[in-house]
This record gives sequence, C-alpha cells and structure tokens, in this order.
Amino acid sequence: MRAQARADGRIDKIWPSLAAAVADIRDGATVLVGGFGDAGAPFGLLHALLDQGARDLTIVSNNAGSGEVGIAALLKAGRVARIVCSFPKTSGSTVFEELYRAGRIELELVPQGTLAERMRAAGAGIGAFFTPTGAGTMLAEGKETRILDGREQVLEYPIHADVALIRADRADRWGNLVYRKTARNFAPVMATAARTTIVEARQIVPLGALDPEAVVTPGVFVRRIVETG
Amino acid sequence: MSAFRKYTPDEIAARIARDIPAGSIVNLGIGQPTRVANHLRRDVEMILHSENGLLGMGPAPPKGSEDPDLINAGKQPVSEVRGACFFHSADSFGMMRGGHLDICVLGAFQVSAAGDLANWHTGETGAVPGVGGAMDLAIGARQIFVMMDHVTRDGAPKLVAACSYPLTARACVARVYTDLATIDVTPQGFFARDLCEGLTLAGLQARTGAPVALA
Repeated sequence: MRAQARADGRIDKIWPSLAAAVADIRDGATVLVGGFGDAGAPFGLLHALLDQGARDLTIVSNNAGSGEVGIAALLKAGRVARIVCSFPKTSGSTVFEELYRAGRIELELVPQGTLAERMRAAGAGIGAFFTPTGAGTMLAEGKETRILDGREQVLEYPIHADVALIRADRADRWGNLVYRKTARNFAPVMATAARTTIVEARQIVPLGALDPEAVVTPGVFVRRIVETG
Repeated sequence: MSAFRKYTPDEIAARIARDIPAGSIVNLGIGQPTRVANHLRRDVEMILHSENGLLGMGPAPPKGSEDPDLINAGKQPVSEVRGACFFHSADSFGMMRGGHLDICVLGAFQVSAAGDLANWHTGETGAVPGVGGAMDLAIGARQIFVMMDHVTRDGAPKLVAACSYPLTARACVARVYTDLATIDVTPQGFFARDLCEGLTLAGLQARTGAPVALA
C-alpha cells in the first residue's frame, strides 16, 4: 500500500493527536484491539474512540475489558454491538457480563489460537484454513470439517478489519515497531489484518534508531502513529 | 471404608514435577497447575511457555518490582529467565498446534475414560463462557497432564465414562493427577499408577465414574 507521503516527499505516518488518528472510524466498523488483559492494551486510542462516538462497533480482542476503562468503557457507553474474543470473563469484566446476561451484546467465542490465526490469515492473504483446534466441541458446531493427517480439522475463515488499534513501545516515522515483553501479544498480527492500523507508541524515535534486525512489525503494516508516552 | 490421607496440592504438584523430564518445554495452565512451577527440578534446565508470548518464564517477582508488561496467562506478574524470548500470539499458538510443546498441565472439570477433556465451560445457562487457549493447548501439546481433585465438592466423580460438560478436546489426556491417585488414560481406560496412603483400589473405584484398574 502506498505510504502517505507529505508535500515534501517524505514518508511520515506520525499524527498530531489520538483524536485526529481515530476521527474517521465509522459506525459499524470492525476494530481489532491489541492487548492481553491490560498488557499492550491501547487505552489512549480506546478512550479517543469513546470520545469520537462511533457506534455499532464489532470489537475483536482477546478479552472483553475490565473495570470501566478501555474496551469496558466502550461497552458501558453502548458503542459495541458485537465482540469476538477468546476469554471475555476476566476479573473485573463486570460491564461485559451485565450486557451479555441482558442479551444486549453479541458474543462470538473463538479459541485464542484460532483467533490469532484467523487474523494472521487475513493479513497474509489466506482464504481459509483447517485447524484441529475445537474439533468435536461446541465451538465447531455448524462448521465444515475434514479429516486431514488422520485427525478431524475445522474450517476457519480470516478476520479482516477496518481498523486495528495497538500499542507499541517504540516506533519510527515509517511505522516500524518494537514492543515490550508480553505487551506484544496480538499487536503484530492485528497490524497485518486491518486496512488502517493505528499505533499509540510510548516513544517515537528517528529513522535508523531501531535496529533493522530487531524490528518486529515492519512499517508497511502501519498507517498512523501517535506518541503517547 | 478405611481411613486414607489425601495428597495435598503441593504433593500433587511435586508428583507432577517429578514426571517432567529435563529439557522439556512446558506450559502450566492457569489455576492449580501454576503450583507445579514451585516443584520443578532446579538441577536441570526446562523452559516454561506462557501462551501470551513468552518462553523462559520465571517466578513471580519480589513485591514492588512487578512489571505490568510482563505477565502470565492468568494475568499475574512474572519474570523472565536468562535465555527467555518474547513472540506474538500467532507464533505462540503455532508452537502449540505445531507440536513444539512437550507437556501441558491443565485443570479440568471432567476427564473421560477415552481421554476426553472438559475444562472450559459448565454449560449452565447464564454462565459467561471463556475458552482462552484451552482448546489449542489440549490438541497441541505432545502430552496433556491434568491436575484436579478426584471428585467434586458434592462428591461426584470427575473421572467419568463420558463427559457431561462441554468438551475442550477429544482423546487428549495422557495422565490425571488427583488428590487420591495418579491415573494413566489408555486405550483400555483408566489405570492407577499410585494411590494415596490408606486408599484401596475398591475405595478409588467407588469415587471414579468408570472402571479403573491397577497399572
């Protein structure tokens, strides 16, 4: 995808604010949200999205938020129609649980590895794949299966998204990213699967400051970066 | 029935740790299985995998030096050992499905005589389901050990002929470690490797929902 070159011809994906970076997210958008629990969750972008007001969102994330911040804040404000996740029930996930019990939110429960792989497939241009995970369980009900390598496998489809919201440790203006410890989790996969990947980075560093051997997410997968500290 | 002394949780964890060979890549599920880490042999190397993207997981850090970016699958603070590495979730689960983990220790609601595992959902209406990485671990690790109480709080067997709870995976469990016994799951059904002190095979059978023999 052609990078957004500036008037002077430079490629620069740095945006001035979180609000500007999420301004064009539309009602009904499918939004991938990085994080495993709070580790790697892009709270700055999520709260900017809350202020922006988009509704009827489909959120794809490992968890369904806890307390009343991040995803839980979007849920509480009634902005989320559907959530695709592996483990909605975590300590403090009371906002989700209330909506779920009241039938006010749709849940698609996906095994964690299948969730990651469906996004990987989307980002890598794979049309669908068979996986042994979930075979013979209620999460495979209604899905096509096939015996491959002597074991039953389940047909799973990619998860394409409009937007990915992720947090990185350091970024450069070309969008190259590195993460910190287990805060990496879903972010590199989500960055590949969305049309527009928006990053909140602890720090933006000059081009050349990231070791090219150690870049985790190549800048080609990133459209917008905001430095949040 | 004669008196017997149940294995304590630490005795079960130590029993499991003894069966994990040097050099193993091991995933310890959330809940009871995390206790196994305290009993792993210190004189040999093994590598702990955490599903959220860490190989070389170390123990909980001292109070005050927790790092919110360094957590385990249960979202508790952990540490990294020398030689550790981080990776993203698709790689982490590729390690499971791809057969790169040697042993995974999981908790369970029920294990059937065929080795079926039920450990993610009670199936009750109104219960919020959450599967996490349970299904990927169950089909992926080369050996699945289960650590659980032998019976429920109400005394119902958790080793059963067929699981009544929703399945996590079929025919995946190799061995079950309970507070009463260590039981191999074989194509011929349950075989007890050891019983807690004072427990007879008849006593074990009375608390087990499918035939069990001595190994």
